[in-house]
Amino acid sequence: MAFSPSSKDPLLWQRQGFPGLKLDAKLSRGPKERLIGAFLGFCALVTVLTTLGIVAVLVGESVAFFEQVSLRAFFGDTKWTPQFAEKHFGIWPLLAGTLMITVIAALVAIPIGLAAAIYISQYAPETVRRWLKPSLELLAGVPTVVYGYFALTFVTPLLQRVLPQMQVYNALSAGLVVGIMIIPMVASLSEDALRAVPRSLAEGAYALGATKYEVVLRVVVPAALSGIMASFILALSRAIGETMIVTLAAGATPRLTLNPLESIQTMTAYIVQVSLGDTPQGTVVYQSLFAVGLVLFVLTLGMNLLANRIILRFKESY
Amino acid sequence: MGMVEVEAAVAARFDPRPIERRRIGQVLAVVLFFSTTFGLLVLLTLLVDVVQKGLPWLDWQFLTSYPSRNPEEAGIKSAIVGSFWMMLLTALFSVPVGIGAAIYLEEYAPRGWFLRLVQLNIANLAGIPSVIYGILGLGLFVRFFGLGRSLLAGALTMSLLVLPIIVISTQEALRAIPQGIRESAYALGATRWQVVSSHLLPIAAPGILTGVILSLSRAMGETAPLIMIGALTFIAFLPSSLLDPFTVLPIQIFNWTARPQEAFRGLAAAAILVLMVFLLLMNLSAILLRNYYERHRPH
Repeated sequence: MAFSPSSKDPLLWQRQGFPGLKLDAKLSRGPKERLIGAFLGFCALVTVLTTLGIVAVLVGESVAFFEQVSLRAFFGDTKWTPQFAEKHFGIWPLLAGTLMITVIAALVAIPIGLAAAIYISQYAPETVRRWLKPSLELLAGVPTVVYGYFALTFVTPLLQRVLPQMQVYNALSAGLVVGIMIIPMVASLSEDALRAVPRSLAEGAYALGATKYEVVLRVVVPAALSGIMASFILALSRAIGETMIVTLAAGATPRLTLNPLESIQTMTAYIVQVSLGDTPQGTVVYQSLFAVGLVLFVLTLGMNLLANRIILRFKESY
Repeated sequence: MGMVEVEAAVAARFDPRPIERRRIGQVLAVVLFFSTTFGLLVLLTLLVDVVQKGLPWLDWQFLTSYPSRNPEEAGIKSAIVGSFWMMLLTALFSVPVGIGAAIYLEEYAPRGWFLRLVQLNIANLAGIPSVIYGILGLGLFVRFFGLGRSLLAGALTMSLLVLPIIVISTQEALRAIPQGIRESAYALGATRWQVVSSHLLPIAAPGILTGVILSLSRAMGETAPLIMIGALTFIAFLPSSLLDPFTVLPIQIFNWTARPQEAFRGLAAAAILVLMVFLLLMNLSAILLRNYYERHRPH
């Protein structure tokens, strides 16, 4: 588009146009633009295909599983013994193991994560905040296999000094470490919710003579409650799907128990256990992996959808 | 309620103890602060523990040897090379597709129910447990496409796993660009792709890069999906093609941690040290990049 008005012939451009400038109205609908648009559309389609692929693989193999094990046995039986000669496929022991890990993790992550969110959003001076937030993100960046190593080789021996009856593989230390892993998630999502509370609400409370903690606990936190709840649900869904910590530290003994000092097995740990072994394809034990995966998928998907709904509603209110 | 009752109710809830109330607030602030630092103390404990147990095993021989039944001779050469290839291939597949999908959703797609559905789907994909992606990789890449327990199958699985992270961070970077930049470029007659390639992508580049680094560090630390597709085998060679079996650092760590012997736990700690140094460098560069970006935001 090199164009400079020439002193000799100032009207040259009117006769010759701009050399090098393509003024083609069809350019924006030309083959190149359309090709690029189609490629970008395909990229977006990959994300949809991923979900469809997950559903197809899980449902496809689960159908084969449920041809051999009835839904009644799956949800009615209370034993999970695929390795024994007399096989039982009752999902409850695996669900109970997952639930126990999740409850222990929630007891750790919810109070500590929420406290961190309140501190960072309401109390911390700007410089402290600039250091604290990235440090908490580092905690989220630790690979789960490293947390698993930590649970098995550090937390369990430490707890065994206080609780000598504790087994080497147990729900308690796995649950505690899963809780530590999801602290950053609770903290960062709750902090977003607390920050979204309009300043005027807090100022109104101050004007009525409330002290800082009264403003924070009785005005700001209740106003952000829906976002905080959503952060809990998302974090717990992460705890349900956590795999390496429970595989390494919680054991491989599916059983219905309320004792966190015993070895248990979660759904995720069972999935890994089957894929680690040399179970032949096409057997009912191999297919059970997909059935358990389907239950896990439905459970976490339901929780994520619920949290998304809550977040959307809460966004509209301000 | 009559006037008298209202006054009585207000009087009952009135708490004229400013000094006590402030003191409760101070105690609360201290409790909140220590709760916040709890996670960091755990991280510190973890690091000290790993350094103590792993450092004696960490030497040149450890970095340049293949895994072995004898802990004295064992090393992580094949795991380091495998992790390197895994990252490279994952980036190769997931970065163009992730950025492309984000551009489509932000700049091309017509607004409407379909776009909202795709958006909801991506948010949900980000929350699906990684072991489920492993099941997908097992069913789709290992068996349906017949890629076997190969580097390629692993990298494709990992690419789908990190795709939502890249899409979401790229979308956020594109959304942060003021609308005026698009409008002025369109007003000059630029086509859609010209606007995207010459204006939006260069401006959004730091934000996109941060998301890419974070997603690749996630891919580097993931274990479960690769166990699912069958990467947990004894690998004493380097992959020479995309269809070769492989191992990566997290898998080697899992393998050694799961053994009861103390010596293998030391090896696991040493491998964790190597992995954590890599991840720390990646995370650090992402954080620095973001801080830089926040200070030099284009207007």
